[in-house]
Amino acid sequence: MARYVANRLAQAIMLLVIVSAIGFAILHLAPGGPLSQFAASAQMTQEDLDRVTKQLGLDRPLPIQYLDWFGRMLKGDWGKSYRDGEPVLAVISSHLGATLELMATTTIIAVLLGCWIGILGALRRYSLFDTLATIGAMVALSIPTFWFGLVTIYVFSVKLGWLPAGNRETVGDGSFLDLLHHLIAPSLVLALVETAMWGRFMRSSMLEVINQDYIRTARAKGMPEWRILTVHALRNALLPMITVAGLQFPTLLGGALVAETVFTWPGMGRLFLDSIGYRDYPVVMGILMFSATMVLIGSLLADILYAVVDPRIRVG
Amino acid sequence: MADDTGRFGVGALHLGIPNRRQFFQLGAGAAAGWRLSGNAFAQTERPSNPPDKPRGQVIAALSQEPTVFHPLMPGIEVDQGIWWQVFSPLWFIEPDGKFVPDLAREVPTVENGGLSADGLTWKIKLRSDVKWHDGTPFTAEDVKFSLELINNPDFRVRNRVGHNLVKDIKVVAADEIHWRMEAPYSPYMSILSLTFIVPKHILEKLSDPNASPFHNAPVGTGPFRWGERVPGDHIQLNAHAGYHGKGPYVERVVFKYIPDLTVLYTQFRTGQVDYTGLQGILPNFVQEAKTLKGRKIFVSATSSVEHIAPNLEFGPFADRTVREALYLAINKQAIIDALNYGLPTQTESFVPQQAWSFQQGLPQHKYDPAKANALLDAAGWTRGSGGVREKGGVKLEFTNSTTSGNAVREQTQQLLMQDWRAIGAAMRVNNMPAAVIWGDFWQQSKFNSVLVNVNFMLGSDPDVTPRFGSGAIPAKGGRGYNTYQYKSPEADRLLAEGARQFDIAQRKTTYGDLQKLIRNDLAILPLFQGFIAEGVKEGLQGFRPNINTSINCWNIREWYWA
Repeated sequence: MARYVANRLAQAIMLLVIVSAIGFAILHLAPGGPLSQFAASAQMTQEDLDRVTKQLGLDRPLPIQYLDWFGRMLKGDWGKSYRDGEPVLAVISSHLGATLELMATTTIIAVLLGCWIGILGALRRYSLFDTLATIGAMVALSIPTFWFGLVTIYVFSVKLGWLPAGNRETVGDGSFLDLLHHLIAPSLVLALVETAMWGRFMRSSMLEVINQDYIRTARAKGMPEWRILTVHALRNALLPMITVAGLQFPTLLGGALVAETVFTWPGMGRLFLDSIGYRDYPVVMGILMFSATMVLIGSLLADILYAVVDPRIRVG
Repeated sequence: MADDTGRFGVGALHLGIPNRRQFFQLGAGAAAGWRLSGNAFAQTERPSNPPDKPRGQVIAALSQEPTVFHPLMPGIEVDQGIWWQVFSPLWFIEPDGKFVPDLAREVPTVENGGLSADGLTWKIKLRSDVKWHDGTPFTAEDVKFSLELINNPDFRVRNRVGHNLVKDIKVVAADEIHWRMEAPYSPYMSILSLTFIVPKHILEKLSDPNASPFHNAPVGTGPFRWGERVPGDHIQLNAHAGYHGKGPYVERVVFKYIPDLTVLYTQFRTGQVDYTGLQGILPNFVQEAKTLKGRKIFVSATSSVEHIAPNLEFGPFADRTVREALYLAINKQAIIDALNYGLPTQTESFVPQQAWSFQQGLPQHKYDPAKANALLDAAGWTRGSGGVREKGGVKLEFTNSTTSGNAVREQTQQLLMQDWRAIGAAMRVNNMPAAVIWGDFWQQSKFNSVLVNVNFMLGSDPDVTPRFGSGAIPAKGGRGYNTYQYKSPEADRLLAEGARQFDIAQRKTTYGDLQKLIRNDLAILPLFQGFIAEGVKEGLQGFRPNINTSINCWNIREWYWA
């Protein structure tokens, strides 16, 4: 087991190095730069722009810039944002809470609701409920998050006035109830796709399990249906869900990117978009490395967990 | 409108051009004044009964996030929204163009001895009752430090235009500072009105002037002191009780960052924000916004001019006849009415129509495709295969670029393509993201033509040397942003003359001639003067759009809840 974990860790570190090099190259080779925003204003001449470019060290050869950045990163210095001069880690951590709050709420809603719909759909296969759940899932997966978010704002904020039209809190309030009130719309919008995915995965997994021989044997022995479901079927059906959970991070992050824009949620997704727009290289690289690390940790944990619960997975 | 009398008994400018006496009363920089209120369309208000002490808060929405809080470093318009609240300049410009003393006791003029007749010696008397937010008294040392910091080669300054001429700065007393200019430069009065003074006692201790806690928790002399910043969400500023000027009348101002303009408008509509600042309300929402209960909409002119920027070194555009034909073939009114909801005003100049320096009577554009065709025929541009004109092997085809994702500009391009196809000119769209287009592509004149919105003014001064001077072409190693690559000895002469003159009548003539020249040469193809639609909640008093500043929330110190 230890050797298996060590192998996986080594692979993850190699992957991170490759991601950083490719990400750095793509980002810097893309036309434009962090000073383009000033070029459009009548304030900075080419001479001014050249001077600041030199001061930021952006005039050096790309490999030198990369090695400099990588070396500093290994020492824990992720650089400073070009936009506000704050250390990258501080910038990321200042946005991380909002995203985690949104992602955690979304995940809780999606897992509970999705698993329930999936289990019920599997147990009542081809029933009206199952059919409606399937159609609902297809619709949910097809609806653009951006559009659904705007519709939600229009209906529940503009027309009905039930929910705020965005933001994480009311300025000057920030009570738990206020936070909860603001969390409803974005988490429900983001949970729509997630619920559909969890529902579909759970249904497939459950269907596979309830058709196994040992379930038939349990029924033949006269075991109560609820016991068969909870003790035998559900435990085994939840196994593949570990992998699903591990791979949900990038999907959630992508969804959060859109939801955060629509609902003016000050999270990582919006920070990433803004930083790309401004070509804030240190922050973009910071988020890239952070996200890649999270994805790798997620998949690593899923693999290890899977190996723990299912000895057949372990290699060697 | 402004009071009839300024703080020091100086008569305010009203409609019409100020006379010479008025100009010198106001200071040479009144050459940067305006004939009308900066707001061409809106009924603005002036606080009449502000409360005795600050009350309530204002939530101002911005579609860009302010991130640069050091007012001398590279920043954009939205950052100025913060600078105006936290810092103070020596003097500021009112919407009607009048300079009003702020940290200075009076605006320097020849009459009050603040300015020598040759424009080389400046003597500034400062207020002695001003304190920084941390309680430290403001003195002439702070002004000296700020001017020297701007010229410090290690400092990441925004720009040094005008400041690089300042020499021999002498602190005569705690409330008086003198300096000499290397050459007379009248636009400096306007430049100083947008130059915020920073605290010496905090910044002098820094080993690296480009990084310190000050950059993210600034200390100024402005009406509001730094409160808190939640990155990506909002910035809160609190009323500065010891502010030396009028106001502030609200306890807090919160700048809320809402990146999507549709969402921004929705939040204004639902009452979550009190004021829609940059980039304001989208034109397609303006009509509906005017019908909202409890909301007031202001549509005001800005200093910028929407225009087609031709690269004058690119094949067909080097021919003035081609530029004239293309200009004649543009259906400007359709662009204004159909795409911009009739909100902007046609223009022929790079100077805003509200400015004292605006030249009346420039040749008016007429949509005349027939005349355009005749011009091209006469100039030897004959139609070739596919209907595209050619002359001497050069085809009349080019690209037009603008920021991708800007729906109105992209629609404008479609109309232009259609208009120009009718005269045998083939235009292709080549749009790019903002970070790309405004980089080398724009700076180094790598474009054929660009659809762009530019503020040509230096604050409120019409000195356009960096835009049209032949020494300001970056692609040729020049210092400036003459990306059009416009070269004219006559324009150079007028520009040099205008920057030396301190008499408003003379300057008006000089810059009038320059506008005629630029219009005649068609160095740019102007479409319309910029505009911004902004909304405020009913009951919020004191909002006064100011065409001389880059952002209309320049005077939140005057805002209050009725």
